[in-house]
Amino acid sequence: MSMTFAEYAQLIVYFALLLSGGFALGKYMTYIFEGEAGAGLPLLKQLEQLTYKAGGIDPRIEMTWVTYSRSLMGFSLISFVALYALQRMQNLLPFNPESLQAVSADSAFNTTISFISNTNWQGYSGETTLSYLSQMLGLTVQNFVSAAVGISVLVALIRGIVRHQSNTIGNFWSDLTRSIIHILLPLSVVLALMLVWQGAIQNFNAYVEYTPLEQHQDPKDKYKIAMGPAASQIAIKQLGTNGGGFFNVNSSHPYENPTSLSNLFETLAILIIPVGLCFTFGFMVKRLKEGLALLWAMSFIFFILLALGLWAEFTPNSAMPLSGNMEGKETRFGITSSMLWATCTTAASNGSVNCMHDSLTPLGGLVPMVLMQLGEIIYGGVGSGLYGMIIFAIVAVFVAGLMVGRTPEYLGKKIEAFEIKMSTLVLLIPPFVVLIGTAIAVSIEAGKAGVLNQSVHGFSEILYAFSSAGNNNGSAFAGLSANTPFYNYALGVAMFISRYWLALPVLAIAGSLAQKKLIPASNGTIPTTGPLFIGFLISIVLIVGALTFIPALALGPIVEHLQMTFGAK
Amino acid sequence: MKVSQKPNKLFEPEIMKQAFCDSFIKLDPRIQIKNPVMFVVEIASVLTTIIYLVSLSGEKEASSSFILSISLWLWFTLLSANFSEAMAEGRGKAQAKSLRESRKDLMAKKIESLEPKAETIQVQATSLRIGDMVLVEAQEIIPCDGDVVEGIASVDESAITGESAPVIRESGGDRSSVTGGTKVLSDWIIIKITVNPGETFIEQMIALVEGAKRQKTPNEIALNILLAAFTLIFLVVTTTLYSFSKYSTEVSGQGQVISITVLVALLVCLIPTTIGGLLSAIGIAGMDRLIRANVIAMSGRAVEAAGDVDMLLLDKTGTITLGARQASSFYPAPGISEPDLADAAQLASLADETPEGRSIVVLAKEKYNIRDRNIHDLDATFVEFSAHTRMSGVDMNGIKIRKGAVDAIEEYVGTGTVAREIIETAQKVAKEGATPLLVARDKQVLGVVKLKDIVKGGIKERFADLRAMGIKTVMITGDNPITAAAIAAEAGVDDYLAQATPEGKLKLIKENQAGGRLIAMTGDGTNDAPALAQADVAVVMNSGTQAAKEAGNMIDLDSSPTKLIEIVEIGKQLLMTRGALTTFSIANDVAKYFAIIPAAFATTYPVLNKLNIMNLQSPESAILSAVIFNALIILGLLPVALRGVKYRAVGAELLLRDNIFIYGLGGLIVPFIGIKIIDVLISGFKI
Repeated sequence: MSMTFAEYAQLIVYFALLLSGGFALGKYMTYIFEGEAGAGLPLLKQLEQLTYKAGGIDPRIEMTWVTYSRSLMGFSLISFVALYALQRMQNLLPFNPESLQAVSADSAFNTTISFISNTNWQGYSGETTLSYLSQMLGLTVQNFVSAAVGISVLVALIRGIVRHQSNTIGNFWSDLTRSIIHILLPLSVVLALMLVWQGAIQNFNAYVEYTPLEQHQDPKDKYKIAMGPAASQIAIKQLGTNGGGFFNVNSSHPYENPTSLSNLFETLAILIIPVGLCFTFGFMVKRLKEGLALLWAMSFIFFILLALGLWAEFTPNSAMPLSGNMEGKETRFGITSSMLWATCTTAASNGSVNCMHDSLTPLGGLVPMVLMQLGEIIYGGVGSGLYGMIIFAIVAVFVAGLMVGRTPEYLGKKIEAFEIKMSTLVLLIPPFVVLIGTAIAVSIEAGKAGVLNQSVHGFSEILYAFSSAGNNNGSAFAGLSANTPFYNYALGVAMFISRYWLALPVLAIAGSLAQKKLIPASNGTIPTTGPLFIGFLISIVLIVGALTFIPALALGPIVEHLQMTFGAK
Repeated sequence: MKVSQKPNKLFEPEIMKQAFCDSFIKLDPRIQIKNPVMFVVEIASVLTTIIYLVSLSGEKEASSSFILSISLWLWFTLLSANFSEAMAEGRGKAQAKSLRESRKDLMAKKIESLEPKAETIQVQATSLRIGDMVLVEAQEIIPCDGDVVEGIASVDESAITGESAPVIRESGGDRSSVTGGTKVLSDWIIIKITVNPGETFIEQMIALVEGAKRQKTPNEIALNILLAAFTLIFLVVTTTLYSFSKYSTEVSGQGQVISITVLVALLVCLIPTTIGGLLSAIGIAGMDRLIRANVIAMSGRAVEAAGDVDMLLLDKTGTITLGARQASSFYPAPGISEPDLADAAQLASLADETPEGRSIVVLAKEKYNIRDRNIHDLDATFVEFSAHTRMSGVDMNGIKIRKGAVDAIEEYVGTGTVAREIIETAQKVAKEGATPLLVARDKQVLGVVKLKDIVKGGIKERFADLRAMGIKTVMITGDNPITAAAIAAEAGVDDYLAQATPEGKLKLIKENQAGGRLIAMTGDGTNDAPALAQADVAVVMNSGTQAAKEAGNMIDLDSSPTKLIEIVEIGKQLLMTRGALTTFSIANDVAKYFAIIPAAFATTYPVLNKLNIMNLQSPESAILSAVIFNALIILGLLPVALRGVKYRAVGAELLLRDNIFIYGLGGLIVPFIGIKIIDVLISGFKI
């Protein structure tokens, strides 16, 4: 089986829409963040002003990186307390037609960190665990604000690059408010309406009861079809690289993702803001090519891995000698749309799914795993992906700069010991969290107990779970019973560390760069836009990512693939 | 330290012998801990040695001979790194040796005051302190750096400069500074000591090349952080791999858990030992190269900054043009005859010992046969050139003859009184890039003398190179803007500062620094001191004043004005060598994975042998080959570390492309070949 012409065309259309949409959105976002207080649509502007008034915020007050970080952490703490309390008390609160119980302590802890850190790992099953209120006031709100926090950190970093001899990097509250009101909110409304048009549901009804026709099911049992305000949450879960589905099976559920067209909208929504932000970066540093260079580096790695995944899924294997691998995929999407989604959702730190990643072929499953392990920087989470990539660019510039005999500079800013120290933190933390987490899980009974397949594949499942949490992705390989106290706490800690221990060094770099002088470019400066640098950046990303995870991957998906191809011995 | 004495061979047997011994002394963990990468290797070596000893008593995780081989090669890796550092230090020490000998048991004649009959006391040179005064007579060695406060003497500075011609040192002015270790050839001088023991130039130089006082430079610190991060990552990779392996044996039901020996071998192969082992050797070798160029840097930081410089301020005279301008023609004023002008010009120049002055005397003699009059026969008072009047001349029989720059003479005779023709002639001369000199007799301007600047051969190409490197050159000259522009165009500099004053230079530096540039300059005079202190890299001529030396951060013992360009190249080379070897070191890891991963899990997942693309003989030989390659590559790259990566004056992009190709791609490919060859050898010999 191989890809049809229509499927190739579908990929081309997808990228054409992604890039053109990203360009337009990038321009709009530049306007939002660079414009004086007056930028934006009139209605939204009023909403913004109201928010400032309600919160007692003066958006003109500039913050140092320390104040900015303190505001960010303070805001996240409030979010944590509020969301945790909401889940623990949902049985006492309204909008709970199914009378669902309070969420358990470990599950609430996991879910809270998961949503405030923009990971949206779901250890629970949405329709049987959370009330409408918890979903809407808790999760949907966090879907917005956690994404906005990512954008804010990125914008602060860009300001650090652009400004010189300055102590401040902007105002956190203003960045947060503008991200939500001018970017995430209007885009979500548009997408939600398009999804409803395609048939996604949006209601507050009680679950619908039905009697199954299948003989083997006991007619005395009551069967229910879950309902709820799905479309609005789906829109933001896609746009904000959140990924936490309204229903447990996420976007393979017909009420979440009914048609091919809705699938296209949702797949586009995963990457549109991350791609747009690359353009925004280029516009804000006044050199569009710099943003494009990072975009091309991301896209190159994306294409290589997408091609590998498609090849792995389409190639007949010993288990399915005649066809490509359709196990775990929706027939209305097919292999190409499923693999494209799997690649997009793990390239960005989205984590929503429209097929079962556990059922991918070994190499097909390796693709999402590697994309997460690279640090969620191939487009990546909204904001967080690009700031991660900028950190890689800083490291690449440092090594390249040494190779041409000059203290390296990136975008006119000297890269010195402090930046390298902070950048290494950003590079170190995710692999530490993923590897150490996996090592603990495979060493103790509580960790091994959750694995359904005690085999090579079981190892892949655990590795996938920690890769997902340790890089704030949130997608699951499944096959792992993760709603246990051990996994809820372990993955919760992993998500917490990898979100905040990365954001803080990034803000520190922003603060340090803002204080530096701007160095004029000369022949001695390494151009950071040409194919040479892009190639070098790609190799640094791949080598740092690959070198760290090759042994683990060798014992998981690579062995699985070799066993499938050459037999177990 | 004459040129002929410099050890030019990379591997002098004597230095190697010493380095061999030192590499064992450096095993001291207190020394190793300063280098995190090699410290990990040391722990790994100790650990495998213990495992070997335990294995002898029967507690085996692998065959004892395999553990022993790994352990020995790990020790060898460590010793290779130590040897590299010791080699670099040894080469530096050899440089400093002759200097140190000159200071052995040196006695000094200390005097209490400048009174003519003050008594001298014999003291040890090392007991001298700042402010002490010593008398140094002919054939004696100057005990310490200082300033001449009285007397004049010819001094042989070949001990530090390699230049055999003696130089004059006298009190006052720009030639008053003397260096300890140099020798007075004739006459006597009284010196005021300006440094305390242990702080003299020679002692600083010895300390820097010996590595004892070498402080890490900012880039070195940044690189160390990155290398430490890689080491940490791989530490986590290998320690977690143990539990991954254990789990894999549980679920697959076959094979053994990976042994500690193999994990340790994998760790040492993955951490960047190549660059880690050579890092300090590269730094020391950089200082050493600088000293070979006869430059003393006050700190390694200054050398590194030299590589970053993006603007050079160069004095026109001596750097861009030959030191001396030559008089080439006389242009008399209307109504004055040419011989008359020539005669006056010669008279004004008789006592002028500058090459320009002498060339006027010579030209007058050649053209009009005006003989060189004996100064003492004339009842004349010579007026020396002063920075204030910017004129020189002679007062003779009531007649005042002056020569000087156009504006200086204009001011002297009264602005506006100079004939238009003369000004036009002067402007014409200046436009040709020459210097017009006006000659005036009793406030009447006689005409113009044309002094021609001769631009040094090859200097234009040098500037083109600098431009390609991204370095802007600025010519500093006291000439007027028109003259300056013409010479600037001829020499190919990017910009010029005409009619430069110390304030003007300082302003230029400050403005450009505010624009983010890093500035290098050379200087020698006291009036350069503020600009030198402001510049990021300030190279002071050894012949310069003490004030200038204190303001600068490097001293050029040759007092060569073009040395700055060499220094920049040495600075760049230092950084490049680090960058190239870092890239090489990290790229190596890919091949090592292909060697070790299939071997390490051969018993659990035999199918992984499909990844053994090098077709290595056995798991043991594969792991051992990787470890051996890892050790040998340090010694293999030692010559690169000592000599430095070749620098070419091309733009950053070309340089990056070449180095990525050589060290990046090379770093990917070389270990595949190397490991395969070692595997064939050890399998062949059945070691």
